[in-house]
Amino acid sequence: MAAGAESGVTGSLGARLADGVYRFFDSDLWHSFTRSPVAVVSAAVTVLFVACTLFAPLVAPHNPFDLASIDLLDSFIPPVWQDGGDPRFLLGTDDQGRDIFSTIIYGARISLGVSFAAVLLAMALGISLGLLSGYLGGTVDAVIMRIADVQLTFPAILIALLIDGLSRSVLPRDLHSDIWFYVLVLAIGLSFWVQYARTVRGSVMVERNKEYVQAARVIGIPPLLIMVRHVLPNVMGPVLVIATINLAIAVITEATLSFLGVGVPLTSPSLGTLVRVGQDFLFSGEWWITIFPGVALAILVLAVNLLGDWLRDALNPKLR
Amino acid sequence: MRKAGGNAALVAVEDLEKRFDVSPPLLNRLLQGEPRALLTAVDGVSFNIPRGSTFSLVGESGCGKSTVARLVVGLYRPSRGRILFDGTDMAGGREAVAALRKRLQMIFQDPFASLNPRWRVADIVAEPIRAHRLLTGRAAIVARVGELLEQVGLSPADGEKFPHEFSGGQRQRISIARALASNPEFLVCDEPTSALDVSVQAQILNLMKRLQRELGLTYLFISHDLAVVYHISDFVGVMYLGRLVEWGEARALFRHPQHPYTRMLLDAIPDLKMTGRPRTPVAGEVPSPIAPPPGCHFHPRCPFAAERCRREAPKPLATNAGEVSCHAVEEGRLPPAERVVAPPVSES
Amino acid sequence: MVMDASTSRSLLSVEHLCIQIPGRRGTLTAVDDVSFTIGEGEVLGVVGESGAGKSLTGAAVIGLLEPPCRIAGGEVWFDGKRIDNLPYEKLRRIRGRHIGMVFQDPLTSLNPLYTVGRQLTETILTHSDMSEKGARKRAIELLKEVGIPAAERRVDQYPHEFSGGMRQRVVIALALCANPRLIIADEPTTALDVSIQAQIITLLKRLCREHGAAVMLVTHDMGVIAETADRVAVMYAGRIVEIGPVEEVVLHARHPYTVGLMGSIPLVGHDVERLVQIDGSMPRLTAIPAGCAFNPRCPKAYALCREQRPELEAVGACEAACWLFDDEAAARGRRHG
Repeated sequence: MAAGAESGVTGSLGARLADGVYRFFDSDLWHSFTRSPVAVVSAAVTVLFVACTLFAPLVAPHNPFDLASIDLLDSFIPPVWQDGGDPRFLLGTDDQGRDIFSTIIYGARISLGVSFAAVLLAMALGISLGLLSGYLGGTVDAVIMRIADVQLTFPAILIALLIDGLSRSVLPRDLHSDIWFYVLVLAIGLSFWVQYARTVRGSVMVERNKEYVQAARVIGIPPLLIMVRHVLPNVMGPVLVIATINLAIAVITEATLSFLGVGVPLTSPSLGTLVRVGQDFLFSGEWWITIFPGVALAILVLAVNLLGDWLRDALNPKLR
Repeated sequence: MRKAGGNAALVAVEDLEKRFDVSPPLLNRLLQGEPRALLTAVDGVSFNIPRGSTFSLVGESGCGKSTVARLVVGLYRPSRGRILFDGTDMAGGREAVAALRKRLQMIFQDPFASLNPRWRVADIVAEPIRAHRLLTGRAAIVARVGELLEQVGLSPADGEKFPHEFSGGQRQRISIARALASNPEFLVCDEPTSALDVSVQAQILNLMKRLQRELGLTYLFISHDLAVVYHISDFVGVMYLGRLVEWGEARALFRHPQHPYTRMLLDAIPDLKMTGRPRTPVAGEVPSPIAPPPGCHFHPRCPFAAERCRREAPKPLATNAGEVSCHAVEEGRLPPAERVVAPPVSES
Repeated sequence: MVMDASTSRSLLSVEHLCIQIPGRRGTLTAVDDVSFTIGEGEVLGVVGESGAGKSLTGAAVIGLLEPPCRIAGGEVWFDGKRIDNLPYEKLRRIRGRHIGMVFQDPLTSLNPLYTVGRQLTETILTHSDMSEKGARKRAIELLKEVGIPAAERRVDQYPHEFSGGMRQRVVIALALCANPRLIIADEPTTALDVSIQAQIITLLKRLCREHGAAVMLVTHDMGVIAETADRVAVMYAGRIVEIGPVEEVVLHARHPYTVGLMGSIPLVGHDVERLVQIDGSMPRLTAIPAGCAFNPRCPKAYALCREQRPELEAVGACEAACWLFDDEAAARGRRHG
C-alpha cells in the first residue's frame, strides 16, 4: 500500500522489505497462526490447491483437453484400488477416457481462476464505493447505499444468473464464447461488492472522526488523498477476512452456475461442470466420475472457509 | 468589543455562532411528528488573542470550547460571525485560506487517535512539509524531521518507529513536532494534556512554554483543568453552554472572578494545599445544550439569579481586566470576592 | 474517625500481593509484593499513574481480576478471614454483601436494560430478608440519600435518562444498599466534570462516614485524595513507594517520586516558570529496572538503588521505600546486610 512503500526515511527498498518481513513473522498474527492446527492445515491445503493449479501442466499426469492424448478405449476405468483399475489413471477415467485426477486439477484451475478474479473485482468495486460513501457522506452515501440495499434483496446467485443470461442473449455467440471468462467474473464479482462496501463504509465512518484524519484536514490535505493514504490502510483488516470467506463462496457460486449449465463452457470444465457431467453416470455404477470432483470441491471450500474463520477470530481485538 | 492586552491581535473571533442539526431522520420526523432539533454549540462568542500570548478557554462538558477550537482552525464552518487571522477573514476564498493553513496548526487531546497507526513517525511529522512543499529532496526533509524531533525532546532515530511503540506523552510530543513542521505562528491546543498522567503533563506543559518562548508562538489553549490554565495562560475565557460568560487577564480573573459561574468553578478546585477550605456546595448540573434555559443560561444554578436573568441574556460589560456578561454584576448586586488564592509565591 | 490501623484489627489486610500476567514473551509482574491495611471506617487512597498497578490491586481485592491476570502470591484478609482463595460462590456473596464497588464509568456499571429501581431492589433483596415493598422503599430512601431529586418518580427510570453525575450517584447508592463494610472505588470521579466531581466527593465522604464504611479509593487524581483520604499509598511500577497519613504525604512527601509527583501538579496561585519535571516515564512491565524501580529517573539515585530493591521503612509518620531513609544503608554506604 502507498503508505508502506513510501515509508521509511532511511534505508533502501530491500532493507525496508526485509524489515517488513521481519515484523510480520514477529507479529502476534503469525504467532497465533502457528499455534492453531486448524489454521495451519487449512492454509496448507489451500496453498496446495493453488500451487497445483498454477503448475497444472507439470503436476497433472495427463492433459485432459489435448484431444490427441485421449483414447476412447480408456473410458470408464475405475480408480486404481478397484478391480480393473489402471495405475496410469489414479482416480479412474470418465466417458471420454479423460483422467479424472487431471481433470480435477485443470478444473480447479478454472474454478480458482474465476473465483480469485471475481473476488478481486468485488473488492476493488466495493472498497472504492465504500470509501466514497463513508468519507463523503450525504447524498453520495445515500445513493450508493440505496443501490446496495436494492441489490441485497436479490440472492447473489440470481444476480449472477441474470448477468450471465443477459450476456448470452445479447452478445453474438462467437463473442460470448471468447469472453465467457470475463462475463463470469463480472457476474460473480458484481454480486458480491455490497458486503465490502458496507464494511468499509462502517470502518471509514469510524476512522473519519479520529483525530489523525482531522489533523490531516487541518494541514490542508485534499479529501481524496486523505481517503486513500490515511483511511484506507486502516480499514483493510476486516476486508481481508471477508475476501477469504468470499473466495469460498465464489467457488461455490461458480460451481453452481456451471452445474446449472450457465457457467463455464464444456470445453474448459470447472469442478462444478465435472460434478454435473458425472451425475449422469452416478447410478449406472461409475460413481468416481462425479464423486471425486465433488470431494475436491468440498475440501477446497472447507479449507478456505476455515482459514477465513481463523483470520476473523485472530484479527478481532476483543477476543485477543 | 474590548481588546485584550497591548499587542495587535493575531486572531480575532467576532460574534461566532455554530448550530448543529441534530434532528431525528426525516422519516421519523414525518411519522412521529417530531420537530427539528438544533443544537447551538457556540452562541455569539467574541474574543481576540494578542500575538505571542496564550489565551485559554475553560469550561465543562457541553460548553462549546472544543467547537470554538475547531471553528478557529477551519474544521467547521461557522453558522454566523467571522474569524480573522492576522486581519484575513478565514471564510474568504480558497486561495486565501490555503495560504493561511501553514500558519496555524492544531494539537489534539487523544494521543492515541491523533497519529495514523500505519504511518511511521517520520512520515507523520514530514506530512505538512510535503503538503506545503516547504522543502524538496529527501535529504532536506529527513534533516528537518530530525531537527523537529529533537526540538520536542525525542531523537531523530525515533522517526523509524511506529506510533504504537511510544507512550502517551511521547506521542503528544510527536503531535507537537508535526504541528511545528510548517513553521506556524499559531497553535490551537485542544486539551493536549487531559489524557496524560500528571508527571507527563508537567513535561508537556514545560515543553510548550519553552517552545512559545523560543519560537514566538501564540496559543489558543482549551482545557477543563483550571490549575493547568492558571499555569500556562496570559488570558482566560470561561464558557458555559456556548456562551463566553467572562474573559480577562489570567491572574486578575483568578484573583477577582466576577461571574458567579467562574466563582463556582474556582470553588470546585480540589484543595491540594490542605488548608481545610470548605467547598461551597454546588447546585445542579450542566443542562442539556439542546434546550438551554432561556435568558441567561446559568440562572437555574445561580445564587444571584433574579427575574431579569430568566428573561434577558446579559451583554458583555467591560471590567478592568476583560469582559463579563452578568446582570448581577451590572446591577452591582454581586459581593466582591477575593479568592482564597494565595498571593503568588514565585520560586526560582 | 481515623483508627490507628496498627492497634485495631484491620478490616482489610493485603499481604505481599503479587499479580502476574503470563504472556507470549514471558510472565510479566504487574503488582510486586504490595502490602497495606485498611481499618474500620478509614479511607485509604491508592494513588499512582497509569501502569502503576493500582486498578489491578483493587480488582484483586474483590476477586475481579480478568484472566490472564492472576494472583501469583500473597494473601487478602477481610474481617479476619482469608478471601483470595475462596471459591467463586462464597466470594460472590461476600462481594455483594460486605464489599461494595464504585467504578469509573457509570454508563457501563449500570445495566441499561433495567430500571434503576429494579437494579437497586434486586441487590437489596439478594442480601437481606426484606419484602419487595420494603426493598422498594429502601431503594427510594437510598436515592434520596444520594441526592437524586424526585426520587419516587425517578426510581422507575432507566440509566440513560440520568446525566453522568446522577448516574454516578445511583452507582454509589447501589454500592451502599447492602450496607457494606468496605467500598472499593476505582476512579469514581474521573469521567465527571469538575463541579460534579466536587459534589460526588463530598457525597461519598459523607455517606461513608454515616454508614461507617471504609473506602479504598483508587485514583490518579491527587486532588481527590487530598480531600477525601485519611491515609494514602503511592504506587509506582507495581510497588508501594510511600504510605502514610494524607497530610504528611501530600505536604511533606519523602520518597523522591512522591516529591516529583507533587511538584509536577500545577496549583492555582502558585506561580512558577517551570513545573517540576521527572524525566522519562513509568517503565513498561517488560522492562522494570533492577533494584528500585524508580532509580533511572531519580535525581538522588546511587549504586545501591540500582542493585537492591528497598523495603518500606518508617520515616517520621510515614513509610517510604527508599535507601535514602535507611540509616544502616547510609552508614555502610553500600550493601545492606
